[in-house]
Amino acid sequence: MDPIHQFDVTKLYVFGHLGGAEIAFTISALYMLLSVALIALLMIGATAQRAVVPGRLQSAAEISYEFVANALQSTAGPEGMKFFPLVFSLFMFIATVNLIGLIPYTFAVTAQIIITSALALLVFLTVIVYGFWTHGWRFLRIFVPPGVPVYMLPLVSTIEVLSFLSRPFSHSVRLFANILAGHITLKVFAGFVVMLGAWGALGWLGAVLPLGLTVALTALELLVAFLQAYVFAILTCIYLNDAIHGGH
Amino acid sequence: MDPAAAKLIGAGIACIGMGGAGVGVGVIFGHYLAAALRNPSAAQGQFGNLIFGFAVTEALGIFSLLVALLLLFAL
Repeated sequence: MDPIHQFDVTKLYVFGHLGGAEIAFTISALYMLLSVALIALLMIGATAQRAVVPGRLQSAAEISYEFVANALQSTAGPEGMKFFPLVFSLFMFIATVNLIGLIPYTFAVTAQIIITSALALLVFLTVIVYGFWTHGWRFLRIFVPPGVPVYMLPLVSTIEVLSFLSRPFSHSVRLFANILAGHITLKVFAGFVVMLGAWGALGWLGAVLPLGLTVALTALELLVAFLQAYVFAILTCIYLNDAIHGGH
Repeated sequence: MDPAAAKLIGAGIACIGMGGAGVGVGVIFGHYLAAALRNPSAAQGQFGNLIFGFAVTEALGIFSLLVALLLLFAL
């Protein structure tokens, strides 16, 4: 009844060794490939027909496109649309991986801190590289908010730099910890059902309560899975806005 | 004190921090709702800001939960 056991990364196939590290095809890689294949299938299948009156599949693709495009344009402006492929890929990948991970007996990829850190670092480095590429050293002006008195600047700039540097940390831990905590809570409540069930007839009656709670929690996790993908995407948009407009 | 017991107590104490995040999330959604009822037409445009504030506030609560989980399972 160990609620952490579900996050073990099992190796499915070991390719060999590179230096001291083992190169293996893991269950995490399998589920990532599965979700990418699912997204590709959805998008290719939805755009194959291209009917004027969209069917069910085409509507799903169009709604997800407009959803991300609206979020990007409202936070980063029309210039932000050049980053649409990045934001859309991130949103669809995280949402699909989260939703697949909610199915019992599957594996939650985003509950691995290494996956979310890689995604957050990708966004962080994109912001830095694009910011310096378009604005040069003037990009550093995002650390100097306008309208701040000169004698306050050392303090304010230090805080701005610190908050900028902690972005990849909070960006990745938010997604990771939400999914991790959700899956642990689900497992703990499911464990109560088994524990009560072992007590006989009286236990079976009592087990209805945690079972109902597990169902309710699954509904909540469904919301969280989608919301965290949206939050990750919208934070990406806000960070990209700094790079595009140089802060102010 | 037994280290295992100290870990469990520490995990419990760490979870107190989530209360603060709960207050913060409540304030954000409460004020959003109050403002949305005053001016419903402007509410839709602030939805992104709402989610952003929610995410930033909630992250702090999640961090304290993470400390509790690390104490329980990882350290």
